[in-house]
Amino acid sequence: MFQRTLPSLFLATSPAWMKVMVGVKRVVDYTVKVRVKGNKVQSEGLKMSVNPFDEIAIEEAIQLKEKKLADEVIAVTIGNKKAEEVLRTAMALGCDKAIHIVTPDGEAEGLEPLAVAKIFQKLHEEMKPDMWILGKQAVDGDLGTTPQLLAGLLDIPQGTFASKLEVNDGKVRVTREIDAGHQIVELQLPCVIAADLRLNTPRFPKLPNIMKARKKPIDARDVSSLGVDVKPRLAREAVMEPPPRKAGIKVKSVEELYDKLHNEAKVI
Amino acid sequence: MLRRTLSALGGKVLVVAEMHGGKVAPATLAAVTAGLKVGPVSALVAGKDAAATAAVLAKVKGVEHVLVAEGEHYAKGLPEEYAPLIASVVKDGYTHVFAGTSAFGKNVIPRAAARADAMPITDVTEVKDEATFVRLMYAGNVVSTVKTSDPVKYATIRGTSFERAPLEGGSAQTKEVAATKAAGTSTWIEDTIASTDRPDLQTAANVIVGGRGLKNAENFKILNDLAEPLKAAVGATRAVVDAGYCPNDMQIGQTGKTVAPNFYLGCGVSGAIQHVAGMKDSKVIAVINNDADAPFFQVADYGLVEDLFVAVPKLTAMVKK
Repeated sequence: MFQRTLPSLFLATSPAWMKVMVGVKRVVDYTVKVRVKGNKVQSEGLKMSVNPFDEIAIEEAIQLKEKKLADEVIAVTIGNKKAEEVLRTAMALGCDKAIHIVTPDGEAEGLEPLAVAKIFQKLHEEMKPDMWILGKQAVDGDLGTTPQLLAGLLDIPQGTFASKLEVNDGKVRVTREIDAGHQIVELQLPCVIAADLRLNTPRFPKLPNIMKARKKPIDARDVSSLGVDVKPRLAREAVMEPPPRKAGIKVKSVEELYDKLHNEAKVI
Repeated sequence: MLRRTLSALGGKVLVVAEMHGGKVAPATLAAVTAGLKVGPVSALVAGKDAAATAAVLAKVKGVEHVLVAEGEHYAKGLPEEYAPLIASVVKDGYTHVFAGTSAFGKNVIPRAAARADAMPITDVTEVKDEATFVRLMYAGNVVSTVKTSDPVKYATIRGTSFERAPLEGGSAQTKEVAATKAAGTSTWIEDTIASTDRPDLQTAANVIVGGRGLKNAENFKILNDLAEPLKAAVGATRAVVDAGYCPNDMQIGQTGKTVAPNFYLGCGVSGAIQHVAGMKDSKVIAVINNDADAPFFQVADYGLVEDLFVAVPKLTAMVKK
Protein backbone atom coordinates (compact mmCIF):
# COMPACT_ATOMS: atom_id res chain seq x y z
CA MET A 1 0.00 0.00 0.00
CA PHE A 2 2.68 2.40 1.12
CA GLN A 3 4.93 1.32 -1.71
CA ARG A 4 2.16 1.93 -4.19
CA THR A 5 1.39 5.47 -3.15
CA LEU A 6 4.92 6.77 -3.09
CA PRO A 7 5.83 6.46 -6.77
CA SER A 8 2.40 7.61 -7.87
CA LEU A 9 2.88 10.71 -5.76
CA PHE A 10 6.00 11.56 -7.72
CA LEU A 11 4.24 10.84 -10.96
CA ALA A 12 1.33 13.03 -10.01
CA THR A 13 3.42 16.06 -9.17
CA SER A 14 6.43 16.11 -11.44
CA PRO A 15 4.88 16.46 -14.91
CA ALA A 16 2.41 19.07 -13.75
CA TRP A 17 4.95 21.89 -13.55
CA MET A 18 4.85 24.01 -16.61
CA LYS A 19 7.00 26.75 -17.96
CA VAL A 20 4.77 29.50 -19.29
CA MET A 21 5.79 32.34 -21.55
CA VAL A 22 3.68 35.46 -21.87
CA GLY A 23 3.87 37.97 -24.70
CA VAL A 24 3.37 41.58 -23.68
CA LYS A 25 3.01 44.63 -25.91
CA ARG A 26 3.26 48.32 -25.08
CA VAL A 27 0.45 50.14 -26.86
CA VAL A 28 -1.32 53.49 -26.83
CA ASP A 29 -3.68 53.31 -23.87
CA TYR A 30 -7.06 51.97 -24.94
CA THR A 31 -8.90 55.02 -23.59
CA VAL A 32 -6.93 57.44 -25.78
CA LYS A 33 -8.17 58.33 -29.24
CA VAL A 34 -5.26 58.55 -31.67
CA ARG A 35 -4.97 61.15 -34.41
CA VAL A 36 -3.54 60.88 -37.87
CA LYS A 37 -1.28 63.61 -39.21
CA GLY A 38 0.96 63.70 -42.25
CA ASN A 39 0.02 60.15 -43.20
CA LYS A 40 1.25 58.86 -39.82
CA VAL A 41 -0.44 57.74 -36.65
CA GLN A 42 0.45 60.28 -33.96
CA SER A 43 1.43 58.32 -30.89
CA GLU A 44 4.17 60.65 -29.57
CA GLY A 45 3.47 61.84 -26.09
CA LEU A 46 0.32 59.76 -25.69
CA LYS A 47 -0.32 57.66 -22.62
CA MET A 48 1.05 54.16 -23.17
CA SER A 49 0.06 50.98 -21.34
CA VAL A 50 0.22 47.22 -21.40
CA ASN A 51 -2.15 45.95 -24.12
CA PRO A 52 -5.34 45.07 -22.17
CA PHE A 53 -5.47 41.50 -23.53
CA ASP A 54 -1.86 40.97 -22.46
CA GLU A 55 -2.77 41.99 -18.90
CA ILE A 56 -5.28 39.14 -19.01
CA ALA A 57 -2.60 36.80 -20.37
CA ILE A 58 -0.23 37.77 -17.53
CA GLU A 59 -2.97 37.26 -14.94
CA GLU A 60 -3.78 33.80 -16.29
CA ALA A 61 -0.11 32.77 -16.20
CA ILE A 62 0.21 33.96 -12.60
CA GLN A 63 -2.95 32.10 -11.63
CA LEU A 64 -1.46 28.91 -13.11
CA LYS A 65 1.54 29.51 -10.87
CA GLU A 66 -0.66 30.06 -7.83
CA LYS A 67 -2.51 26.84 -8.61
CA LYS A 68 0.91 25.11 -8.68
CA LEU A 69 0.48 24.18 -12.30
CA ALA A 70 3.28 26.43 -13.50
CA ASP A 71 6.61 26.94 -11.81
CA GLU A 72 8.03 29.62 -14.03
CA VAL A 73 6.45 32.50 -15.89
CA ILE A 74 8.57 34.45 -18.34
CA ALA A 75 7.34 37.71 -19.83
CA VAL A 76 8.58 38.73 -23.28
CA THR A 77 8.23 41.99 -25.12
CA ILE A 78 9.52 43.25 -28.44
CA GLY A 79 9.86 46.97 -28.76
CA ASN A 80 12.02 50.04 -28.33
CA LYS A 81 13.84 50.96 -25.10
CA LYS A 82 10.66 52.27 -23.49
CA ALA A 83 8.94 48.90 -23.86
CA GLU A 84 10.96 47.85 -20.80
CA GLU A 85 8.28 49.41 -18.61
CA VAL A 86 5.69 46.78 -19.60
CA LEU A 87 8.12 44.09 -18.45
CA ARG A 88 8.52 45.86 -15.09
CA THR A 89 4.73 45.78 -14.77
CA ALA A 90 4.66 42.09 -15.70
CA MET A 91 7.28 41.31 -13.04
CA ALA A 92 5.51 43.42 -10.44
CA LEU A 93 2.45 41.29 -11.12
CA GLY A 94 4.37 38.08 -10.50
CA CYS A 95 6.28 37.08 -13.63
CA ASP A 96 9.61 35.50 -12.67
CA LYS A 97 11.77 36.63 -15.55
CA ALA A 98 11.61 39.01 -18.46
CA ILE A 99 13.12 39.07 -21.92
CA HIS A 100 13.25 42.30 -23.90
CA ILE A 101 13.91 42.08 -27.62
CA VAL A 102 15.04 45.63 -28.31
CA THR A 103 14.04 47.22 -31.61
CA PRO A 104 14.93 50.65 -32.98
CA ASP A 105 12.36 53.44 -32.66
CA GLY A 106 10.04 53.46 -35.61
CA GLU A 107 6.50 52.64 -36.64
CA ALA A 108 3.96 53.20 -33.91
CA GLU A 109 2.73 49.60 -33.87
CA GLY A 110 6.18 48.02 -33.96
CA LEU A 111 7.07 44.87 -35.84
CA GLU A 112 4.46 42.99 -37.84
CA PRO A 113 2.92 39.94 -36.15
CA LEU A 114 4.75 37.56 -38.52
CA ALA A 115 8.12 38.96 -37.39
CA VAL A 116 6.98 38.84 -33.75
CA ALA A 117 5.88 35.22 -34.15
CA LYS A 118 9.23 34.30 -35.72
CA ILE A 119 11.10 35.89 -32.81
CA PHE A 120 8.88 34.00 -30.35
CA GLN A 121 9.58 30.84 -32.35
CA LYS A 122 13.33 31.36 -31.76
CA LEU A 123 12.70 31.90 -28.07
CA HIS A 124 10.53 28.80 -27.98
CA GLU A 125 13.33 26.68 -29.38
CA GLU A 126 15.71 28.12 -26.78
CA MET A 127 13.48 28.12 -23.67
CA LYS A 128 11.15 25.20 -24.51
CA PRO A 129 8.07 26.45 -22.67
CA ASP A 130 4.99 24.25 -22.27
CA MET A 131 2.57 27.04 -22.94
CA TRP A 132 2.47 30.47 -24.52
CA ILE A 133 -0.25 32.82 -23.39
CA LEU A 134 -0.73 35.88 -25.57
CA GLY A 135 -3.52 38.43 -25.83
CA LYS A 136 -6.03 37.75 -28.61
CA GLN A 137 -5.21 41.06 -30.29
CA ALA A 138 -3.31 44.27 -29.70
CA VAL A 139 -5.61 47.27 -29.54
CA ASP A 140 -3.38 49.37 -31.82
CA GLY A 141 -3.02 47.23 -34.96
CA ASP A 142 -6.18 45.20 -34.24
CA LEU A 143 -4.74 42.41 -36.41
CA GLY A 144 -5.25 39.54 -33.96
CA THR A 145 -2.83 37.19 -35.69
CA THR A 146 0.30 36.69 -33.55
CA PRO A 147 -0.95 33.69 -31.50
CA GLN A 148 -2.17 31.80 -34.57
CA LEU A 149 1.01 32.62 -36.50
CA LEU A 150 3.19 31.39 -33.62
CA ALA A 151 1.18 28.18 -33.26
CA GLY A 152 1.36 27.67 -37.02
CA LEU A 153 5.12 28.24 -37.20
CA LEU A 154 5.72 25.83 -34.31
CA ASP A 155 3.01 23.45 -35.57
CA ILE A 156 1.55 23.14 -32.10
CA PRO A 157 -2.15 23.47 -31.21
CA GLN A 158 -3.81 26.84 -30.56
CA GLY A 159 -6.56 27.85 -28.17
CA THR A 160 -7.74 31.23 -29.41
CA PHE A 161 -10.34 33.56 -27.82
CA ALA A 162 -9.95 31.62 -24.58
CA SER A 163 -12.36 32.39 -21.75
CA LYS A 164 -11.40 29.44 -19.51
CA LEU A 165 -8.39 27.16 -19.10
CA GLU A 166 -8.20 23.84 -17.27
CA VAL A 167 -4.89 22.03 -17.19
CA ASN A 168 -4.99 18.29 -16.59
CA ASP A 169 -2.60 15.43 -17.28
CA GLY A 170 -0.51 17.29 -19.80
CA LYS A 171 -3.54 18.57 -21.67
CA VAL A 172 -5.36 21.87 -21.65
CA ARG A 173 -9.08 22.17 -21.91
CA VAL A 174 -9.85 25.56 -23.43
CA THR A 175 -13.27 27.18 -23.52
CA ARG A 176 -13.32 29.44 -26.56
CA GLU A 177 -15.63 32.33 -27.34
CA ILE A 178 -17.11 31.68 -30.78
CA ASP A 179 -19.73 33.59 -32.79
CA ALA A 180 -22.73 31.70 -31.48
CA GLY A 181 -21.63 30.85 -27.94
CA HIS A 182 -18.79 28.75 -26.57
CA GLN A 183 -16.66 25.89 -27.78
CA ILE A 184 -14.53 23.57 -25.69
CA VAL A 185 -11.42 22.01 -27.19
CA GLU A 186 -8.67 19.95 -25.62
CA LEU A 187 -5.11 20.69 -26.66
CA GLN A 188 -1.88 18.79 -26.24
CA LEU A 189 1.06 20.59 -24.70
CA PRO A 190 2.94 22.57 -25.76
CA CYS A 191 0.34 24.96 -27.09
CA VAL A 192 -0.45 28.62 -27.69
CA ILE A 193 -3.33 30.29 -25.88
CA ALA A 194 -4.87 33.61 -26.96
CA ALA A 195 -6.63 35.33 -24.06
CA ASP A 196 -10.08 36.82 -24.57
CA LEU A 197 -11.65 39.49 -22.37
CA ARG A 198 -13.52 37.15 -20.08
CA LEU A 199 -10.66 34.80 -19.22
CA ASN A 200 -10.11 36.64 -15.93
CA THR A 201 -9.96 40.03 -14.22
CA PRO A 202 -6.36 41.22 -14.05
CA ARG A 203 -5.06 42.33 -10.66
CA PHE A 204 -3.23 45.57 -9.98
CA PRO A 205 0.44 45.52 -9.06
CA LYS A 206 1.14 46.26 -5.39
CA LEU A 207 3.57 49.05 -4.53
CA PRO A 208 6.18 46.86 -2.76
CA ASN A 209 6.11 44.50 -5.74
CA ILE A 210 6.62 47.42 -8.12
CA MET A 211 9.70 48.40 -6.09
CA LYS A 212 11.01 44.83 -6.13
CA ALA A 213 10.35 44.47 -9.85
CA ARG A 214 12.61 47.45 -10.51
CA LYS A 215 15.59 45.49 -9.24
CA LYS A 216 14.91 42.29 -11.17
CA PRO A 217 17.22 41.85 -14.16
CA ILE A 218 15.84 41.93 -17.69
CA ASP A 219 17.44 39.80 -20.37
CA ALA A 220 17.75 42.45 -23.07
CA ARG A 221 18.80 41.41 -26.55
CA ASP A 222 19.10 43.36 -29.71
CA VAL A 223 16.65 42.22 -32.37
CA SER A 224 19.44 41.99 -34.93
CA SER A 225 21.19 39.34 -32.82
CA LEU A 226 18.39 36.82 -33.41
CA GLY A 227 18.85 36.37 -37.13
CA VAL A 228 15.15 36.80 -37.85
CA ASP A 229 13.99 38.58 -40.98
CA VAL A 230 11.79 41.35 -39.59
CA LYS A 231 11.31 43.27 -42.83
CA PRO A 232 7.63 44.26 -43.10
CA ARG A 233 5.54 42.45 -45.69
CA LEU A 234 2.83 45.07 -45.70
CA ALA A 235 3.81 48.47 -47.03
CA ARG A 236 1.77 51.33 -45.61
CA GLU A 237 0.31 53.07 -48.61
CA ALA A 238 -1.77 55.46 -46.56
CA VAL A 239 -3.23 56.04 -43.13
CA MET A 240 -6.23 58.29 -42.70
CA GLU A 241 -8.89 59.16 -40.22
CA PRO A 242 -12.26 57.71 -41.15
CA PRO A 243 -14.67 60.19 -42.74
CA PRO A 244 -16.70 61.87 -39.96
CA ARG A 245 -20.40 61.13 -39.84
CA LYS A 246 -22.75 63.89 -40.75
CA ALA A 247 -23.77 65.69 -37.57
CA GLY A 248 -26.99 64.35 -36.14
CA ILE A 249 -29.83 66.10 -34.40
CA LYS A 250 -31.32 65.92 -30.95
CA VAL A 251 -35.02 65.33 -30.80
CA LYS A 252 -37.16 66.52 -27.92
CA SER A 253 -39.64 63.72 -27.45
CA VAL A 254 -40.37 60.09 -28.21
CA GLU A 255 -43.07 61.29 -30.62
CA GLU A 256 -40.53 63.32 -32.56
CA LEU A 257 -38.06 60.42 -32.53
CA TYR A 258 -40.71 58.09 -33.91
CA ASP A 259 -41.70 60.63 -36.53
CA LYS A 260 -38.09 61.10 -37.71
CA LEU A 261 -37.39 57.37 -37.79
CA HIS A 262 -40.66 56.62 -39.51
CA ASN A 263 -41.03 59.47 -42.00
CA GLU A 264 -37.52 60.84 -42.52
CA ALA A 265 -35.17 57.88 -42.11
CA LYS A 266 -37.93 55.37 -42.96
CA VAL A 267 -36.42 52.68 -40.76
CA ILE A 268 -39.38 51.84 -38.55
CA MET B 1 -11.60 33.09 -75.37
CA LEU B 2 -12.72 36.67 -75.66
CA ARG B 3 -14.72 36.37 -72.50
CA ARG B 4 -11.69 35.05 -70.71
CA THR B 5 -9.54 37.97 -71.79
CA LEU B 6 -12.16 40.47 -70.78
CA SER B 7 -12.63 39.05 -67.33
CA ALA B 8 -8.96 38.22 -66.88
CA LEU B 9 -8.02 39.48 -63.49
CA GLY B 10 -4.65 38.77 -62.01
CA GLY B 11 -5.61 36.46 -59.23
CA LYS B 12 -7.00 33.05 -58.46
CA VAL B 13 -8.92 33.06 -55.23
CA LEU B 14 -9.60 30.35 -52.70
CA VAL B 15 -12.41 31.14 -50.28
CA VAL B 16 -12.37 28.91 -47.21
CA ALA B 17 -16.08 28.37 -46.64
CA GLU B 18 -17.75 28.33 -43.27
CA MET B 19 -20.96 26.31 -43.12
CA HIS B 20 -23.39 25.91 -40.25
CA GLY B 21 -26.11 23.26 -40.44
CA GLY B 22 -25.94 23.18 -44.23
CA LYS B 23 -26.10 26.97 -44.57
CA VAL B 24 -23.33 29.21 -45.85
CA ALA B 25 -22.15 31.74 -43.25
CA PRO B 26 -22.89 35.34 -44.36
CA ALA B 27 -19.23 36.31 -43.95
CA THR B 28 -18.28 33.60 -46.47
CA LEU B 29 -20.66 35.17 -49.01
CA ALA B 30 -19.00 38.55 -48.42
CA ALA B 31 -15.60 36.89 -48.93
CA VAL B 32 -16.81 35.57 -52.32
CA THR B 33 -17.73 39.13 -53.37
CA ALA B 34 -14.35 40.42 -52.21
CA GLY B 35 -12.63 37.56 -54.04
CA LEU B 36 -14.33 38.35 -57.34
CA LYS B 37 -12.56 41.72 -57.31
CA VAL B 38 -9.23 39.99 -57.91
CA GLY B 39 -10.05 36.87 -59.88
CA PRO B 40 -12.13 33.73 -60.29
CA VAL B 41 -13.26 32.24 -56.99
CA SER B 42 -13.08 28.65 -55.79
CA ALA B 43 -14.69 27.72 -52.50
CA LEU B 44 -13.22 25.08 -50.22
CA VAL B 45 -15.52 23.04 -48.03
CA ALA B 46 -14.32 20.33 -45.70
CA GLY B 47 -15.90 18.06 -43.18
CA LYS B 48 -17.97 14.99 -42.77
CA ASP B 49 -20.51 14.67 -45.61
CA ALA B 50 -18.95 17.72 -47.21
CA ALA B 51 -20.36 16.70 -50.58
CA ALA B 52 -23.87 17.56 -49.41
CA THR B 53 -22.91 21.05 -48.24
CA ALA B 54 -20.87 21.53 -51.41
CA ALA B 55 -24.10 21.42 -53.41
CA VAL B 56 -25.31 24.49 -51.50
CA LEU B 57 -22.05 26.33 -52.22
CA ALA B 58 -22.15 25.37 -55.89
CA LYS B 59 -25.29 27.49 -56.33
CA VAL B 60 -23.69 30.62 -54.86
CA LYS B 61 -23.36 33.16 -57.62
CA GLY B 62 -19.76 33.86 -58.57
CA VAL B 63 -18.27 30.61 -57.34
CA GLU B 64 -16.56 28.81 -60.21
CA HIS B 65 -15.33 25.68 -58.46
CA VAL B 66 -16.21 24.02 -55.21
CA LEU B 67 -13.41 21.97 -53.74
CA VAL B 68 -14.55 19.24 -51.40
CA ALA B 69 -12.42 17.52 -48.79
CA GLU B 70 -14.13 14.69 -46.95
CA GLY B 71 -12.93 13.95 -43.46
CA GLU B 72 -14.39 13.76 -40.01
CA HIS B 73 -11.37 15.62 -38.62
CA TYR B 74 -12.50 18.78 -40.44
CA ALA B 75 -16.00 18.65 -38.98
CA LYS B 76 -15.51 21.21 -36.21
CA GLY B 77 -13.34 23.68 -38.09
CA LEU B 78 -10.24 22.98 -36.01
CA PRO B 79 -7.37 25.13 -37.32
CA GLU B 80 -4.83 22.37 -36.67
CA GLU B 81 -6.64 20.29 -39.31
CA TYR B 82 -7.65 23.07 -41.70
CA ALA B 83 -4.24 24.75 -42.05
CA PRO B 84 -2.52 21.72 -43.66
CA LEU B 85 -5.52 21.25 -45.96
CA ILE B 86 -5.37 24.87 -47.11
CA ALA B 87 -1.60 24.55 -47.61
CA SER B 88 -2.07 21.52 -49.87
CA VAL B 89 -4.90 23.11 -51.90
CA VAL B 90 -3.10 26.45 -52.38
CA LYS B 91 -0.32 24.67 -54.33
CA ASP B 92 -2.78 24.51 -57.21
CA GLY B 93 -1.83 28.05 -58.22
CA TYR B 94 -3.98 30.14 -55.89
CA THR B 95 -2.83 33.70 -55.31
CA HIS B 96 -5.37 34.67 -52.62
CA VAL B 97 -6.84 32.81 -49.67
CA PHE B 98 -9.87 34.54 -48.15
CA ALA B 99 -12.32 33.74 -45.40
CA GLY B 100 -14.91 35.82 -43.61
CA THR B 101 -13.89 37.68 -40.45
CA SER B 102 -15.50 35.36 -37.92
CA ALA B 103 -14.28 33.26 -35.02
CA PHE B 104 -13.56 30.55 -37.63
CA GLY B 105 -11.81 32.77 -40.19
CA LYS B 106 -9.74 34.60 -37.58
CA ASN B 107 -8.64 31.26 -36.13
CA VAL B 108 -7.76 29.46 -39.36
CA ILE B 109 -6.42 32.03 -41.86
CA PRO B 110 -3.38 33.28 -39.84
CA ARG B 111 -2.34 29.71 -39.02
CA ALA B 112 -2.53 28.76 -42.70
CA ALA B 113 -0.56 31.93 -43.54
CA ALA B 114 2.20 30.96 -41.11
CA ARG B 115 2.77 27.74 -43.04
CA ALA B 116 3.22 29.78 -46.21
CA ASP B 117 5.45 32.41 -44.56
CA ALA B 118 2.87 35.08 -45.34
CA MET B 119 1.64 38.01 -43.24
CA PRO B 120 -2.16 37.74 -43.05
CA ILE B 121 -4.34 40.82 -43.44
CA THR B 122 -7.38 40.66 -41.21
CA ASP B 123 -10.80 42.27 -41.34
CA VAL B 124 -10.40 43.80 -44.79
CA THR B 125 -13.00 46.48 -45.55
CA GLU B 126 -12.01 47.24 -49.14
CA VAL B 127 -10.05 45.52 -51.92
CA LYS B 128 -8.22 48.18 -53.96
CA ASP B 129 -6.38 45.81 -56.28
CA GLU B 130 -4.90 42.35 -56.12
CA ALA B 131 -2.23 43.38 -53.59
CA THR B 132 -3.74 46.45 -51.92
CA PHE B 133 -6.24 46.24 -49.09
CA VAL B 134 -7.91 48.62 -46.68
CA ARG B 135 -8.50 47.82 -43.01
CA LEU B 136 -9.15 49.61 -39.76
CA MET B 137 -6.87 50.00 -36.76
CA TYR B 138 -7.07 51.58 -33.31
CA ALA B 139 -10.68 50.54 -32.74
CA GLY B 140 -11.76 51.93 -36.10
CA ASN B 141 -10.15 55.35 -35.58
CA VAL B 142 -7.51 54.85 -38.26
CA VAL B 143 -8.08 53.65 -41.83
CA SER B 144 -4.99 51.98 -43.19
CA THR B 145 -4.22 51.00 -46.79
CA VAL B 146 -1.59 48.32 -47.08
CA LYS B 147 0.13 46.72 -50.04
CA THR B 148 1.39 43.22 -49.48
CA SER B 149 4.52 41.78 -51.04
CA ASP B 150 3.57 38.17 -50.22
CA PRO B 151 3.13 35.96 -53.29
CA VAL B 152 0.00 34.38 -51.81
CA LYS B 153 -2.25 36.82 -49.96
CA TYR B 154 -4.08 35.55 -46.89
CA ALA B 155 -6.92 37.72 -45.64
CA THR B 156 -10.13 37.73 -43.66
CA ILE B 157 -12.95 39.84 -45.05
CA ARG B 158 -15.24 42.03 -42.94
CA GLY B 159 -18.72 40.68 -43.60
CA THR B 160 -20.46 44.03 -43.24
CA SER B 161 -18.22 45.80 -45.78
CA PHE B 162 -19.09 43.72 -48.84
CA GLU B 163 -22.38 42.70 -50.39
CA ARG B 164 -23.20 39.07 -49.83
CA ALA B 165 -22.98 36.93 -52.95
CA PRO B 166 -26.49 35.65 -53.85
CA LEU B 167 -27.25 32.09 -52.77
CA GLU B 168 -28.75 31.31 -56.18
CA GLY B 169 -27.66 31.76 -59.75
CA GLY B 170 -24.33 29.97 -59.65
CA SER B 171 -23.42 26.64 -61.20
CA ALA B 172 -20.00 25.76 -59.92
CA GLN B 173 -18.19 22.59 -60.78
CA THR B 174 -17.49 20.38 -57.83
CA LYS B 175 -14.09 18.79 -57.50
CA GLU B 176 -12.89 16.48 -54.81
CA VAL B 177 -9.54 17.25 -53.20
CA ALA B 178 -7.41 14.85 -51.21
CA ALA B 179 -7.90 15.08 -47.48
CA THR B 180 -4.82 15.68 -45.37
CA LYS B 181 -3.87 13.34 -42.55
CA ALA B 182 -5.40 14.20 -39.18
CA ALA B 183 -2.97 16.19 -37.03
CA GLY B 184 -4.68 14.98 -33.87
CA THR B 185 -3.07 17.56 -31.54
CA SER B 186 -6.40 19.07 -30.64
CA THR B 187 -9.77 17.51 -29.91
CA TRP B 188 -13.19 19.08 -30.13
CA ILE B 189 -15.17 18.46 -26.94
CA GLU B 190 -18.40 20.42 -27.23
CA ASP B 191 -20.16 23.54 -28.47
CA THR B 192 -22.55 25.49 -26.26
CA ILE B 193 -24.68 27.53 -28.59
CA ALA B 194 -26.89 30.25 -27.18
CA SER B 195 -30.28 29.67 -28.75
CA THR B 196 -32.48 32.56 -29.71
CA ASP B 197 -35.46 33.06 -31.97
CA ARG B 198 -34.24 36.58 -32.79
CA PRO B 199 -32.56 37.32 -36.13
CA ASP B 200 -28.80 36.82 -36.23
CA LEU B 201 -26.99 39.89 -34.86
CA GLN B 202 -24.50 40.18 -37.70
CA THR B 203 -27.02 39.96 -40.50
CA ALA B 204 -30.10 41.66 -39.03
CA ALA B 205 -31.43 44.76 -40.77
CA ASN B 206 -32.32 46.31 -37.40
CA VAL B 207 -30.31 46.09 -34.22
CA ILE B 208 -31.27 47.29 -30.76
CA VAL B 209 -28.49 47.51 -28.22
CA GLY B 210 -28.64 47.77 -24.46
CA GLY B 211 -25.90 49.39 -22.40
CA ARG B 212 -25.17 49.90 -18.74
CA GLY B 213 -28.27 52.07 -18.48
CA LEU B 214 -30.42 48.92 -18.57
CA LYS B 215 -29.31 48.29 -14.95
CA ASN B 216 -30.13 44.56 -14.85
CA ALA B 217 -30.82 41.47 -16.94
CA GLU B 218 -34.62 41.58 -16.49
CA ASN B 219 -34.81 45.04 -18.02
CA PHE B 220 -33.64 43.66 -21.34
CA LYS B 221 -37.25 42.61 -21.71
CA ILE B 222 -38.22 46.11 -22.77
CA LEU B 223 -35.67 45.91 -25.59
CA ASN B 224 -36.97 42.49 -26.62
CA ASP B 225 -40.50 43.92 -26.69
CA LEU B 226 -39.40 46.60 -29.15
CA ALA B 227 -37.25 44.15 -31.12
CA GLU B 228 -40.24 41.87 -31.75
CA PRO B 229 -42.30 44.16 -34.02
CA LEU B 230 -39.14 45.57 -35.65
CA LYS B 231 -37.78 42.07 -36.32
CA ALA B 232 -34.57 43.35 -34.79
CA ALA B 233 -31.66 41.53 -33.21
CA VAL B 234 -30.69 42.56 -29.68
CA GLY B 235 -27.06 43.31 -28.87
CA ALA B 236 -25.15 44.57 -25.87
CA THR B 237 -22.12 46.53 -24.78
CA ARG B 238 -19.17 45.02 -22.99
CA ALA B 239 -20.30 46.50 -19.67
CA VAL B 240 -23.55 44.56 -19.59
CA VAL B 241 -21.95 41.32 -20.78
CA ASP B 242 -19.32 41.64 -18.04
CA ALA B 243 -22.08 42.31 -15.54
CA GLY B 244 -23.68 39.04 -16.62
CA TYR B 245 -26.92 40.56 -17.98
CA CYS B 246 -26.48 38.79 -21.31
CA PRO B 247 -24.24 36.20 -22.97
CA ASN B 248 -20.95 37.21 -24.58
CA ASP B 249 -22.14 36.40 -28.09
CA MET B 250 -24.33 39.52 -27.91
CA GLN B 251 -21.37 41.86 -27.49
CA ILE B 252 -20.81 44.47 -30.18
CA GLY B 253 -17.53 46.34 -30.44
CA GLN B 254 -13.81 46.21 -31.13
CA THR B 255 -13.51 42.87 -29.34
CA GLY B 256 -17.02 41.61 -30.00
CA LYS B 257 -19.01 41.56 -33.20
CA THR B 258 -19.10 44.15 -35.94
CA VAL B 259 -22.54 45.12 -37.16
CA ALA B 260 -23.65 47.50 -39.89
CA PRO B 261 -27.44 47.27 -39.91
CA ASN B 262 -29.81 49.56 -41.69
CA PHE B 263 -31.01 50.85 -38.32
CA TYR B 264 -29.18 50.81 -35.00
CA LEU B 265 -30.84 51.93 -31.80
CA GLY B 266 -28.72 52.28 -28.67
CA CYS B 267 -30.51 52.39 -25.32
CA GLY B 268 -28.53 53.42 -22.29
CA VAL B 269 -25.32 53.15 -24.30
CA SER B 270 -22.66 55.80 -23.58
CA GLY B 271 -20.72 55.28 -26.80
CA ALA B 272 -17.22 54.28 -25.67
CA ILE B 273 -14.79 54.09 -28.61
CA GLN B 274 -14.55 50.31 -28.27
CA HIS B 275 -18.30 49.96 -28.76
CA VAL B 276 -18.53 52.52 -31.57
CA ALA B 277 -15.81 50.53 -33.42
CA GLY B 278 -18.32 47.73 -33.85
CA MET B 279 -21.33 49.68 -35.11
CA LYS B 280 -20.43 53.03 -36.65
CA ASP B 281 -20.99 51.82 -40.20
CA SER B 282 -24.69 51.42 -39.42
CA LYS B 283 -26.81 53.41 -41.87
CA VAL B 284 -29.11 55.16 -39.40
CA ILE B 285 -28.09 55.49 -35.77
CA ALA B 286 -30.44 56.55 -33.00
CA VAL B 287 -29.74 56.74 -29.30
CA ILE B 288 -31.84 57.10 -26.19
CA ASN B 289 -29.90 58.08 -23.09
CA ASN B 290 -30.69 60.22 -20.07
CA ASP B 291 -27.13 61.58 -19.99
CA ALA B 292 -27.03 64.48 -22.45
CA ASP B 293 -23.21 64.45 -22.35
CA ALA B 294 -22.86 60.82 -23.49
CA PRO B 295 -20.35 60.73 -26.38
CA PHE B 296 -22.82 58.62 -28.36
CA PHE B 297 -24.85 61.72 -29.19
CA GLN B 298 -21.96 62.82 -31.44
CA VAL B 299 -22.26 59.63 -33.49
CA ALA B 300 -26.04 59.37 -33.62
CA ASP B 301 -28.22 60.71 -36.41
CA TYR B 302 -31.06 61.06 -33.93
CA GLY B 303 -30.57 61.47 -30.23
CA LEU B 304 -33.18 61.61 -27.50
CA VAL B 305 -32.24 62.67 -23.98
CA GLU B 306 -34.75 60.82 -21.89
CA ASP B 307 -35.05 57.98 -19.41
CA LEU B 308 -35.00 54.83 -21.51
CA PHE B 309 -37.46 53.14 -19.14
CA VAL B 310 -40.03 55.74 -20.17
CA ALA B 311 -39.03 56.27 -23.79
CA VAL B 312 -38.53 52.68 -25.00
CA PRO B 313 -41.99 51.33 -23.97
CA LYS B 314 -43.55 54.45 -25.48
CA LEU B 315 -41.68 53.88 -28.73
CA THR B 316 -42.72 50.23 -28.69
CA ALA B 317 -46.38 51.22 -28.39
CA MET B 318 -46.04 53.61 -31.33
CA VAL B 319 -44.29 51.03 -33.52
CA LYS B 320 -47.01 48.49 -32.79
CA LYS B 321 -49.75 50.86 -33.86
